[in-house]
Amino acid sequence: MDILVTQVFNGLSVGSILLLAALGLALTFGQMGVINMAHGEFMMAGAYTAYVCQQVLGDAGLSLLVSLPVSFVVGGLLGVLLEVTLLRRMYHRPLDTLLVTWGVSLILQQLARDLFGTAGVDVPAPGWLSGPVEILGFSFPRSRLFILVLAIVAVVAVTLLLKLTPLGRRIRATVQNRQLAESAGISTRRTDMLTFFLGSGLAGVAGVALTLMGSISSNLGTSYIVDAFLVVIIGGIGQIKGAVIAAFVLGVAQSWIEYSTSASIAKVIVFALVVAFLQFRPQGIFQVRTRSLV
Amino acid sequence: MTALLRSRYAVGIGFLVAAVLLFAVAPALLTTFRLGLLGKYLCYAMVAVGIGLAWGRGGMLTLGQGVFFGIGAYLMAMHLKLADAGPGGVPDFMALISSDGVPGWWEPFRSGAVTIVAILVLPTLLATLLGLATFRRRVRGAYFAILSQALAAAFAILLIGNPTATGGSTGLNNFKGFFGFSLRDPANRQMLYFIAAGVLLLMVFVAWRLMVSRFGELLVACRDAEERVRFLGYDPATIKTVAFAVAGMMAGIGGALFVPIVGIISPNDVGVVPSIGLLIGVAIGGRTTLAGPVLGAIAVAWAETTLSEQFPSGWTYAQGLLFMLVVAFLPGGLASLVSWRRRRSDTADPTAGADPEPAPAEVLAPAEGRTT
Amino acid sequence: MSSQRARRSLLTAAFLSLGLALTACGSRVDDAGGGAAAESCVDTSGDSVKIGFLNSRSGTMAISENTVYDSLKMAADQINASGGVLGKQLSVVAEDGASEPTIFAEKATKLIQSDCVAAVFGGWTSSSRKAMLPVFESNDALLFYPVQYEGLESSKNIFYTGATTNQQIVPALDYLKEQGVTSLFLVGSDYVFPQTANKIIKAYAAANGIEIKGEEYAPLGHTDFSTIVAKVRDAGAGAVFNTLNGDSNVAFFKEYRNLGLTPQTMPVLSVSIAEEEVGGIGVDNIVGQPVAWNYYQTIDSPENKKFVEEFKTTYGATKVTSDPMEAAYTSLFLWKGMVEKANSFAVPDVQAAAGGVSFDAPEGKVTVNGDNHHIAKTALIGKIGPDGLIYTEWSSGAPIEPDPYLKTYPWAGSLSG
Repeated sequence: MDILVTQVFNGLSVGSILLLAALGLALTFGQMGVINMAHGEFMMAGAYTAYVCQQVLGDAGLSLLVSLPVSFVVGGLLGVLLEVTLLRRMYHRPLDTLLVTWGVSLILQQLARDLFGTAGVDVPAPGWLSGPVEILGFSFPRSRLFILVLAIVAVVAVTLLLKLTPLGRRIRATVQNRQLAESAGISTRRTDMLTFFLGSGLAGVAGVALTLMGSISSNLGTSYIVDAFLVVIIGGIGQIKGAVIAAFVLGVAQSWIEYSTSASIAKVIVFALVVAFLQFRPQGIFQVRTRSLV
Repeated sequence: MTALLRSRYAVGIGFLVAAVLLFAVAPALLTTFRLGLLGKYLCYAMVAVGIGLAWGRGGMLTLGQGVFFGIGAYLMAMHLKLADAGPGGVPDFMALISSDGVPGWWEPFRSGAVTIVAILVLPTLLATLLGLATFRRRVRGAYFAILSQALAAAFAILLIGNPTATGGSTGLNNFKGFFGFSLRDPANRQMLYFIAAGVLLLMVFVAWRLMVSRFGELLVACRDAEERVRFLGYDPATIKTVAFAVAGMMAGIGGALFVPIVGIISPNDVGVVPSIGLLIGVAIGGRTTLAGPVLGAIAVAWAETTLSEQFPSGWTYAQGLLFMLVVAFLPGGLASLVSWRRRRSDTADPTAGADPEPAPAEVLAPAEGRTT
Repeated sequence: MSSQRARRSLLTAAFLSLGLALTACGSRVDDAGGGAAAESCVDTSGDSVKIGFLNSRSGTMAISENTVYDSLKMAADQINASGGVLGKQLSVVAEDGASEPTIFAEKATKLIQSDCVAAVFGGWTSSSRKAMLPVFESNDALLFYPVQYEGLESSKNIFYTGATTNQQIVPALDYLKEQGVTSLFLVGSDYVFPQTANKIIKAYAAANGIEIKGEEYAPLGHTDFSTIVAKVRDAGAGAVFNTLNGDSNVAFFKEYRNLGLTPQTMPVLSVSIAEEEVGGIGVDNIVGQPVAWNYYQTIDSPENKKFVEEFKTTYGATKVTSDPMEAAYTSLFLWKGMVEKANSFAVPDVQAAAGGVSFDAPEGKVTVNGDNHHIAKTALIGKIGPDGLIYTEWSSGAPIEPDPYLKTYPWAGSLSG
């Protein structure tokens, strides 16, 4: 029973981290078909922003709360810069965006090494987030609970934004039929830019969350990018609910397989499961139905 | 480009020039060490020929060629280790960390013939299975790219996690001989270089025959308008799988020759990063052309060695910038500069006359090249 | 459409290459000598002599290896300032190993064959060393390797100036046993060093009545330790023996603290965390945990004071010094000692003179063992202080003779094969 609760919680926690990393991707990949390999480096930028905030503000608790919106803006601006300078001209070649953004990620990683040094830095967690908390006789790490809550808040916020705001309507219209949206008077260019801001901003927030879990170094992004893309693929592109389900399923599967085998084997098995799953549902859990042929 | 490919004189002269450069000029000018480096670049170029076929002509962006390269390389390395150990012997690294002896699945590779067959068959077979599994289910474009990348990551993790069987993160090295010939002798190392050069020329020849064949036309058609090919009664999955299998085979052979030439194979040479690194040369040279991938791969590998000798971290910036600038602003690679006039009349080139606005279909399910 | 001519010319080329390949055949493996090793091209005629530094200046290992490069550079400058070696100034050729074994092998070949250096200093991971070993043996050149490693190796072409297992892991186990630890949990990265180290630990534990409660490996670069730390917590061992590598340590220790585990309840003894890693992990997450090395920045000796001071004036007051840096610094002075004793830069002369060469290193007096090319070093167990530095807690007292195959330890009989 102990193990069951612990491992389900660990799975949900791994899932919530994956979800934070994949949420922004699901938006940009879903709407524009852009495969942003630099998404991981935007997370890294968010983490380093949290580090800089703490250096400036000093207080761990205050700086964590401040760095969440600041990292959102930093990640978002990086995303807009990338969109405006490079990706805008490449929407008809979605696969090539993968290589271009890979180049961007290499440069950002090296920049981080040159700016912050090759050694990792640490952002101490505030007192109210360190150590475990007892709930119903089980102890859970506070920081993991915080990330779980943060992921849920992010998902709810994005869902509400898509459902209720004019921007959300424009995004959904563009996802479903770009040309029709344009003929209805929606500026898809502006919508693209705002979507990219939102998606990359979420990467920045994910970066702040990751400072609670592990190392803040130039490699931070590369550890998450492949898993995050798997989440998006399983979820089905352009689908927030798909990404949510996929992230938690992957997280729980990873934790359980890891518990009964080893971490290395778990990674390989999870990959095999993903390939097998795509045999049955090549478009992911959910798909946008369109009449297009492709 | 296609027009150029069909000119037998142009291609024939190209082959002759390449042969003279590889077999006469390079050995005369380079030291044993530099010739060995060139041999390494040629192995990368073999992978590049396959990538050019799968990606440039077929639109399958494969980020996992390191896996096929790695299988070929590890098979060869296993054979060389076993041959060094002698009949019934245990390779040195295994004896060090384990007393279990040689794993059962290593045993067949004591035989050189079995190894060579396996090098030709196993990567091809894996590529075929993977191709069938993904292309039949019409998984393509970005999905395929990311799956192939995850495969490369999983492959590297498996290799590192099983040091008794694969040498772990060190990989396999310290080979004494190559099918009976001592690897310490410079004359034998030169022989290896000649073999690599010959194999590369043969591969380019095969790629050329495929490109100008009916199959080549269908492959390009699949890249540009898969649905239309299907409507015409062809099976795009089979066409793409064949191209992917050929690419896998070429990568496997490249890997197998890499091992005796470089003297080591490690998981660092087969994971995600080297797999993507292999693409940059292809993109720079011109992915849809015949010679572009080869020349690009050799040039990039050479630039990496030279640059990293001068500025340690400079290569990372250079590589990143190359990816950004070439793919974004010069998608046809340098080859498109050489023959920019021809490009206008050439419909097979994806960069020609591409729509400025994305079509809705691509947005929902990204596919390579132009979709109509 | 088809082209007879091109096909014919290609066939000609193919046969040509085959013919060339066959005529170019050299010696077979079983020929006597198997092809002579390349002649050394080291040039000692001028007033300077070339040496090579081979460290990862880019890639994942650059974090650690840049510091080794810095201290090697400082040692070379110091030697040059005091008159060089045998009156010749050292001229350094630096190469980047790029954190890849294949590149290490390639650059080592370049340093030996193209640059003709007298000796090469560097390498960090076992993979990089194992990749370079055949290069140095086949060219009969010298490598000085400055990092603690998993033992079970001894090459006449390599000098190992970091600790082997009986100078680090075995003393660490002795220490834990003295502390009354009766059960251990082993956590490591999934590669050669942790797996070999854990084999030794298990053999030691079996002979000393220590129970192994569990053994977990994480892939290199693994970032989520929730499951592994949960297993550690539930196993309830007396201590954890940690052989994780790099960034994984950060995730591990953050998770460890988040689950409420402390050095008091269950100490984690690490063998890969030195002064410069503490900052990235966060002092709060690791304070009070024990580590095992042969050198700490806090060692109180005149040699170390001078070393730390010079390092800080050269590279900045915030820099710390660590065991591999000190071992690298020491390696250059040991080579100087060997060359001066042999009165020659030639590899066979240096090898012959190596035994017994000693140096008053920052860690204390070290002496080269002429048989296995390791050096005798004192083992120190330290605890991480609140300032991020490491303070000696326990010492082996005297330098321990290196024994890479653990031949003098009866319990290790099954290991060395």
